[in-house]
Amino acid sequence: MKKSLVLSFAAATVLTFTACGGNDGGNDGEGDVDTNENATETNDSEEGEDGGDEASQPAEDQTLIFARGGDSVSLDYASVTDGESSRVTQQIYESLLTFEEDSFEIGPGLAEDWEVADDGLSYVFTLREGVTFHDGTDFNAEAVKLNFERWADPDHEYHFADEGYAYSVYGTQFGGFQGDEGHVIDEINVLSDYEVEFVLNETLGSFLQNMGMSYFSMTSPAAFEEYGSEINENPVGTGPFQFVSWSRDDSIVLEKYEDYWQEDLPKLDSVIFQVIPDNSARLTALRSGEIDIMDGLNPDDLEALEGEEGITTFERATNNIGYLGFNADKEPFDDPEVRRALNHAIDKETLISVLYAGMAEPAKNLIPPDYLGYNDEIEPYEYDPELAEQMLADAGQEGLEMDLWTMPVARPYMPDPERAAEVMQANLSDIGVTANIVSMEWATYLEQTEAGEHDIFMLGWSGVNGDPDYFFGNLLHSDAIPGGNRTFYRNEEVDSLLDQAKTSIDEDERAELYMEAQELIHEDAPMIPLVHSIPVLAGSERVQNYVPHPQTSEPLTEVELSE
Amino acid sequence: MLAYTIRRILMLIPVLIGMSLITFSIIHLIPGNPAQTILGEQATPQAIAQLEEQLGINEPYLVQYFDYIGGLLQGDLGQSLRTNADISNEIWPFLAATIELTIFAMVFAVIVGVNAGIISAWKQNSLFDYGAMLVALIGVSMPIFWLGLMQQWIFAQELGWLPAFGRGNPRDPVETTTHFYLLDTLLSGRMDQFWTSFRHLILPGVALGTIPMAIIARMTRSSMLEVLRSDYIRTVEAKGIPKLSVVYRHGFKNAVIPVLTIVGLQTGTLLGGAILTETIFSWPGVGRYVFDGIGNRDYPVIQSGILIIATMFVFINLIVDLLYSYIDPRIKY
Repeated sequence: MKKSLVLSFAAATVLTFTACGGNDGGNDGEGDVDTNENATETNDSEEGEDGGDEASQPAEDQTLIFARGGDSVSLDYASVTDGESSRVTQQIYESLLTFEEDSFEIGPGLAEDWEVADDGLSYVFTLREGVTFHDGTDFNAEAVKLNFERWADPDHEYHFADEGYAYSVYGTQFGGFQGDEGHVIDEINVLSDYEVEFVLNETLGSFLQNMGMSYFSMTSPAAFEEYGSEINENPVGTGPFQFVSWSRDDSIVLEKYEDYWQEDLPKLDSVIFQVIPDNSARLTALRSGEIDIMDGLNPDDLEALEGEEGITTFERATNNIGYLGFNADKEPFDDPEVRRALNHAIDKETLISVLYAGMAEPAKNLIPPDYLGYNDEIEPYEYDPELAEQMLADAGQEGLEMDLWTMPVARPYMPDPERAAEVMQANLSDIGVTANIVSMEWATYLEQTEAGEHDIFMLGWSGVNGDPDYFFGNLLHSDAIPGGNRTFYRNEEVDSLLDQAKTSIDEDERAELYMEAQELIHEDAPMIPLVHSIPVLAGSERVQNYVPHPQTSEPLTEVELSE
Repeated sequence: MLAYTIRRILMLIPVLIGMSLITFSIIHLIPGNPAQTILGEQATPQAIAQLEEQLGINEPYLVQYFDYIGGLLQGDLGQSLRTNADISNEIWPFLAATIELTIFAMVFAVIVGVNAGIISAWKQNSLFDYGAMLVALIGVSMPIFWLGLMQQWIFAQELGWLPAFGRGNPRDPVETTTHFYLLDTLLSGRMDQFWTSFRHLILPGVALGTIPMAIIARMTRSSMLEVLRSDYIRTVEAKGIPKLSVVYRHGFKNAVIPVLTIVGLQTGTLLGGAILTETIFSWPGVGRYVFDGIGNRDYPVIQSGILIIATMFVFINLIVDLLYSYIDPRIKY
């Protein structure tokens, strides 16, 4: 059936080809399509890593093509926040510490060792010796100092604020910039060539986690001198791959750095980040063997890919929350009883099966389950429409009518916001609540929810450093109004617990404090936590050792292609 | 002819100024703050305020407009808010990609459309005529994105004949000087790359060219039918000149004016219509450039992109007008 349609369509289009003199017989000389032939008969591999071990040999051409929906904004990693930029800078740059390959567990990176003073106000990092930047210069303590000072000090010659660069992540993670009241890094001292000390004026629980973030990677000081504010197009780091070229909206080409400090790594000769905006077109390119890995798979396509020859899928561990937030400043959502009632009204399981193709888990807390301090004791509000209806009646809110604000764009935590809104609208109508779906343009949506114009709204949040403070501090602390706290939730007790947890450097104590905070938050129910989604990537079975990291990107140091 | 040409070119100035003012105003009427869009949902109000100031978007509207026009007159298209890059430096590769694609699509549309139209008129009511007009009808009504996706599915995925995306093989990048890949590969003597680039043009070019091809075919057919029925054709035929020559040399020459109008108009439309094709086939052209700019509220990028597309549209119309008076000297203004 499929064949005949293909043929008749082919005939029609071929007819039109003949006139322009095209002779489209051969397809050699390019390698575009020949990868298909290499696909073996095995189509049962789930993991992607094993499965090909006995038969697979490293391929001769070790060029990996990674396809994604959008281009990088800048290769000056600290000045941008989008995932497509860090996906590339992860390969070129390295930070003092690194995360484990599949978790936010911190480990040595460019720093081999580190020591924290008892009062938590001083951190001494011992740097790895013999590491060179791609321009051949040495990596040392001076380089670390210069990099941090350039982000912290708005007047630094390499801060490039006049050229429109904003180092907002630095501000968020370290409490502002030099001269700001909350800025925690007091001074940076070079103790020796390979020893550097950070002195803080206030303890910061997430300090070491921050050091692992790719935003705080090391650029060659010589490169700043050479390229100035054009550093974003001429990245020079210590990472496994060095920059070759960038054609905007098309591709970024990187090649293996031969003097990389880790023996025999990376395994790939080069990596090409290719922009293919359309999700279906990207999948077609994967199926035709023109690319090796693709991001941004439609959940609906996932089922079709199961068992497809030569193609495998990779699951990224969840690191986000999709939620429905109330406006606690507006009636009747200022009443916790009403919020709790509505928490019982949403059927998360249906939502997950309909919209996420099962690739999500229902949420009961704000933070993802494997985070420090995740409170598993919390009893989720069960889906119980009758109870919800009863509770609403008790609160005197029968026949409640409200606006349900819907995101206009898809996000990893919300792949199809419109349909999600319809599902939830139906849930609410089951308990006699009328929800009018309201949608607007994305930037306006963010502005207006920040300003508190909404009744209830859909949104989400993704983690960056695996630290719970990034979720709680930004979404539920009263200091984040206006800002990330769009539920206008204010609870002094919660604020105080979060403050203590933020500054504590004792992991157990932090966990304890967050657990306590989650109990209070659960009771107050400022939001309906919906899901923690599991992003899925698809790739060719030739790709070996690819492990997606919960932050949106990962170094491809160990990846290789088999025949 | 020269006076007419100069007059026509001078007339472009008010058109272009008006156009820039309209684009500028419309873009600034769109709600939403670029700083918020650039920084996303995880941005703090301080970061947004800081970025707004750096971008200069809290200046009054007219100040921004005159800044923009001032720069424009010096050949400065401004800076992208998102990437900080100079637009005049970075726009050429996108523009070249679009022009290459548009030319290819138009050549395809004209060659196929004109010939199909002529033959249909010549063999009126034949099987070919019905077939071609049916294809033309389908062609006009087929959405580009659907056609594009079907082509990818069939010719790239199922048959593996043609590449599904991009302008060339990413594993073997083309060395660019002009950014017209067909030209660049010829200049560097890389025939293998030329062939690759050509094959990459086929699917997007056909997708983009299908609608104009269909329109041109129908226009040519009706125009030709009219001419073939006229007296002078009967005279020419009576002289015993071969049919092929009658149709192509004597007939088509007189049927060409309306066809030319359509070709001109369609070329202009293609420039704008390229956005969808460029997105589906990952063609890094100016349509995509503007489209991404819109998504990011990148005012300078949107303004410059639209201004350039509009300018080209205006110039194509100019060329068509000038061609009229060249082909048919009776057309004078």
